[in-house]
Amino acid sequence: MKTKSLILAAAVTATFSVNAAARDYVSIVGSSTVYPFATVVAEQFGKTSEYKTPKIESTGSGGGLKLFCAGVGVQHPDITNSSRRIKKSEFDQCQANGVKDVVEVKVGYDGIAVANAKSAPRFELSRKDIFLALAKQVPGDKEGELIDNPYTTWKQVNASLPDIKIEVLGPPPTSGTRDAFAELAMEGGCKKIEWIAAMKKTDKKAYKAVCHTVREDGAYIEAGENDNLIVQKLVANPNALGVFGFSFLEENGDKVQGSLIDGKEPAFESIADGSYPVSRPLFFYVKKAHVDSVPGIRGYVAEFTSEKAWGDEGYLSDRGLIPMPKEERAKFAKDAADMSPLSM
Amino acid sequence: MSNNESMNRVRAGLARRYATERRFRMYGVLAILMSLFFLVLLFTTIIGNGYTAFLQTHIKLDITFDQALLDPSGKGDLAEISRTGDFNGVVKAALREAFPEVTKRGDRKSLYNLASGGAGFELRDMLMADPSLMGKTVSVWLTADDEIDMFMKGHIDRDVPEDDRRVKDLTIEWVDRLLAEDRLEKQFNTTFFTAGDSRDAEQSGIWGAAVGSFYTLIVTLLLSFPIGVAAAIYLEEFAPTNRFTDFIEVNINNLAAVPSIVFGLLGLAVFISFFGMPRSAPLVGGLVLTLMTLPTIIIASRAALKSVPPSIREAALGIGASKMQMVFHHVLPLAMPGMLTGAIIGMAQALGESAPLLMIGMVAFIVDIPGGVFDPSTVLPVQIYLWADSPERAFVERTSAAIMVLLAFLVVMNALAVMLRKRFEKRW
Repeated sequence: MKTKSLILAAAVTATFSVNAAARDYVSIVGSSTVYPFATVVAEQFGKTSEYKTPKIESTGSGGGLKLFCAGVGVQHPDITNSSRRIKKSEFDQCQANGVKDVVEVKVGYDGIAVANAKSAPRFELSRKDIFLALAKQVPGDKEGELIDNPYTTWKQVNASLPDIKIEVLGPPPTSGTRDAFAELAMEGGCKKIEWIAAMKKTDKKAYKAVCHTVREDGAYIEAGENDNLIVQKLVANPNALGVFGFSFLEENGDKVQGSLIDGKEPAFESIADGSYPVSRPLFFYVKKAHVDSVPGIRGYVAEFTSEKAWGDEGYLSDRGLIPMPKEERAKFAKDAADMSPLSM
Repeated sequence: MSNNESMNRVRAGLARRYATERRFRMYGVLAILMSLFFLVLLFTTIIGNGYTAFLQTHIKLDITFDQALLDPSGKGDLAEISRTGDFNGVVKAALREAFPEVTKRGDRKSLYNLASGGAGFELRDMLMADPSLMGKTVSVWLTADDEIDMFMKGHIDRDVPEDDRRVKDLTIEWVDRLLAEDRLEKQFNTTFFTAGDSRDAEQSGIWGAAVGSFYTLIVTLLLSFPIGVAAAIYLEEFAPTNRFTDFIEVNINNLAAVPSIVFGLLGLAVFISFFGMPRSAPLVGGLVLTLMTLPTIIIASRAALKSVPPSIREAALGIGASKMQMVFHHVLPLAMPGMLTGAIIGMAQALGESAPLLMIGMVAFIVDIPGGVFDPSTVLPVQIYLWADSPERAFVERTSAAIMVLLAFLVVMNALAVMLRKRFEKRW
């Protein structure tokens, strides 16, 4: 019994002593879209420097920023990845919790593909088709009228599309990919309808609700966060379309094909030059207060912003990250090296 | 009613009663067949997908440990060579030498991709182990790139048009030549059992996750077994029966049915936010899993104590033992096998758990093998989850292979529980 209580006492003291101790590895949280790129950088950094390999948690963009903005100190993460820009409200939250200086680094672009199985003909969609096929409510015959989405086949949406059932597998609302898809593809198509576009000025909330709400009658199937699973389901069902990140399309080019959207194919070049409409920038944010207390932050950021990582021929482009143009890279690399804080 | 009449009635119903019994037996057999079918289905898909991960394609190259590339200053300082030496340059030079006809820049790039991105680090480790290799040329088996590996294992079909294939015609030509020269072969994949996680499929392994699971389970066992057994002994042998102990009993039974994610939230709020323990540490993981397994262990331990016949207790008390002596000298040793079985089943449950660990940050990319309960680490089920979500195709087979390893651990633990019971259990 004595030894047991000794062990317990030791465990309790050890627990409280770590509280004060410093952390000797970089702690990173955030977006699951940036995760596959950040992990490659972290591994390279860990192998080629004297520092430990940074720890990376995939918490989603919103979850990551929440943890990041919770405060300054070793129990809070040093860097958060994000597949969208930090919101004003999140920035204010950071300020309120004492996280004063936040350094923003844009790392590149990611495309979202709408793909189907290779065995079926390739789809040619416009963003308006996507909106009409997937929105919960679509414009009726009269202007200003919204009706529940009546379309069941692609042909009803647009006569040039094949006569097959609308069946789209995509990520659930918790995913950043879903947010970006709603914002870029659906809202992009929604804006093409004039009276809805006019609504943006008068009633922004209603406009967003119309453009971003996905139908719930079974035509859009939430397939979980696992993009590999969506690819497998597409192969098994040639009539279905799937929504996932560009890196999965590139990795599975022998099984699935990306649909043309507004006449553009999801490809490295078209995403890099911005002509493919469904692409978004990726970021990470650094807590400046930690830079000098946690070893390795500077080195990790330098590795991420080096040409051999995010350059046109860098190892991140092999993984499906679309690099920024050269001038933009130079600007963000400089900002990162100087640790110039973001102001909003 | 005469005797004859009742016999007739029995006989008339006999066929129906036999039929009912046959039907009932058939339902039972069907139920068992169905579970067996699903079990076989599960195992065949997992093993079918995963067995190839235990072999890894290696490529034999004539490596020259060129001092100009590795130690340009010529000081021979091993620490500096290990940090700054261009080991990947050495691999590239060897590939250029093996295929001297490849000169175009783009082709060279795909040529360099024959070997794994981590091949340079393998050479570094070799040189660190034997510094006398510097300047010498040796034939070395290096890990090949994961796409070459996928091609060798038939997961990439060479009949697909070139544009849609990750491995291009030129690379296939090289692969065929290397095969003809016996420079490419599948060997046992030791990396898988010795390395931590990696984003290069061919460099990734489960050892990091296995060590993380080990530390987490040690913390869980050290805390939940003593606490669980002590609680069970008190409740069963010493506690008075009143409303208060009834209330505790109901609560323990309820806790056993609480979804595990709730314990994760509790761990986040209490251990991390309130006590300020580090995120992603096996210590916190162990504490959370302790909360989860405690009810299981308490219930199993109480059942084991209950099954010790009262005559043992009475005999001990009758010859003058105190209550405590009675419990510790007689009842506890007899109940121990049952308690251990409960503990092992609880541990097996904890080993397979990933949901509560999500909340406390153990779902993370961790390369370094954890060295203690405070180091960031992950566990086996989490590793499976992370690999299942990776875009690279080579992770599909690794996911299944990791599931096989986890299943093997579970089978061993459950077998241990059965063995302990068979061996030490006393029947009365």
